[in-house]
Amino acid sequence: MLKSEFPDAFRQARKQVGVEQMDDQNDPVQMVLRFQDVRKCAHNWKTFQSGAEPGRIVVPSEVAIRSIRQIPFEVDPPEHKDYRALVEPWFKRPLDAKYTDKLRLLVDGALDDAFSKSELDVVTEFALPLQSKALTVLLNTPMKEADTWISWGTHVFRSEGEALDSDKANLLYDYLDDEIERALKDPADDLYSLLLSAEVGGKKMTKEEVKGVMILTFAGGRDTVINATTNTIAYFAEHLEALRKLKRDEAAIKKAVEELVRYFSPLTHMGRVATEDAAVCEHAVKNDTRISLCWASANRDENVFENPNDVRLDRQNNPHVAFGFGTHNCLGSTHARQLLRTLIAAMAERVDDIQLLNANNNLEHWGGVTRKVGFHQLTASFSGS
Amino acid sequence: MISIRFVTQDGEKTELTGDSGSVMELAAQNGIAGIDGECGGVCSCATCHVYLSEEDMQKVDAPSDFERDMLELTEDVQPTSRLSCQLPLTQEINGITLKVAR
Repeated sequence: MLKSEFPDAFRQARKQVGVEQMDDQNDPVQMVLRFQDVRKCAHNWKTFQSGAEPGRIVVPSEVAIRSIRQIPFEVDPPEHKDYRALVEPWFKRPLDAKYTDKLRLLVDGALDDAFSKSELDVVTEFALPLQSKALTVLLNTPMKEADTWISWGTHVFRSEGEALDSDKANLLYDYLDDEIERALKDPADDLYSLLLSAEVGGKKMTKEEVKGVMILTFAGGRDTVINATTNTIAYFAEHLEALRKLKRDEAAIKKAVEELVRYFSPLTHMGRVATEDAAVCEHAVKNDTRISLCWASANRDENVFENPNDVRLDRQNNPHVAFGFGTHNCLGSTHARQLLRTLIAAMAERVDDIQLLNANNNLEHWGGVTRKVGFHQLTASFSGS
Repeated sequence: MISIRFVTQDGEKTELTGDSGSVMELAAQNGIAGIDGECGGVCSCATCHVYLSEEDMQKVDAPSDFERDMLELTEDVQPTSRLSCQLPLTQEINGITLKVAR
């Protein structure tokens, strides 16, 4: 099997049952696996809410380690609309050409570093620093902040071998408290300052609300972006011809990114809490129990995607849900797409060869299913100019 | 050249001309507010949602199953909704006016 192969872990359960049951800290989750069911449940925010107890829609649940509500992620309409409208223009900045130029400099720097080393771990020496530096562009904060974030390691909330790590969470929360105080004292043209000066529904944003937006921004775009970056590099290392074909073809690169995020689905699933007794593909969902929308399974649904386990970089119809679907679709998707497009464009122009040396798969366990989502470590040697 | 007039949610009217690609590409390249076309036209994001007039609906091909399924669950959908990434710039739609959905 190629190192960049990511099997469809949910195939059997999706075809035969449609849901997968899993326990999570005595708050079980029914994972919804079929494409149409996933989209319908995501669309139906009244029955399957995000605005439950903070941390509960995340799987594994963060209820035990977080009381602050992530915004707008854990708020439902109608309140959701004003929060989303506040942050959306900022998160659409990656559509600006100048933003892409900044990302290109970072990607070029990462490639220069990779070319200069005989070998490197793509996860910790390429993807993590690139994710962190790119986040400074998204927040519009000084580049040196990235050094702090890199020092936290690949998971903000999780340590190796531990599902939940409150020490790590506190590291982020304390950092954000300091940054919010800094921005209050000395406002700048950054996301903190924008939020602190904003009003939602006629009321000034509180520090806790600002923190809620920032936690979402840090946590949502951390291991997802790191995995997407690492997996993309793994894929092109094993498909160099495909990379060469993308050289200076912007439209083809866009399609390729959509297909790669479909195939990798960096976020396996996201939970919802039922507000009434309901049913999903004939399985009962009791009021106040959890379901999850399994993007990774939906993205391999053979009723929607032809040859779903093949990577077809020029796939024309690709209604994937890798960035979620509906009201709560991924706020950071514009940034993530632009980063991946820039990465592929730069690699297509500059990389001659990538040899993958050693891979330690990052496997997730959900109920009876084991899914490869990325790598804990991927050593590689790059050559190019 | 094909000419398309866009009306944004703010009521701003812009007329653009092009001769190839999709309506979404024409709008996104020229910065029409509310048409981002983030997925590049593969029917995954619905950030290019527009409304046609009822009579203009006759001038375009019926939506594919992919587009229809996407529209069915898109916010603010109306009977004349389309995803502009799925509308090629053809002579048949020369001169039409589109309202941007968001």
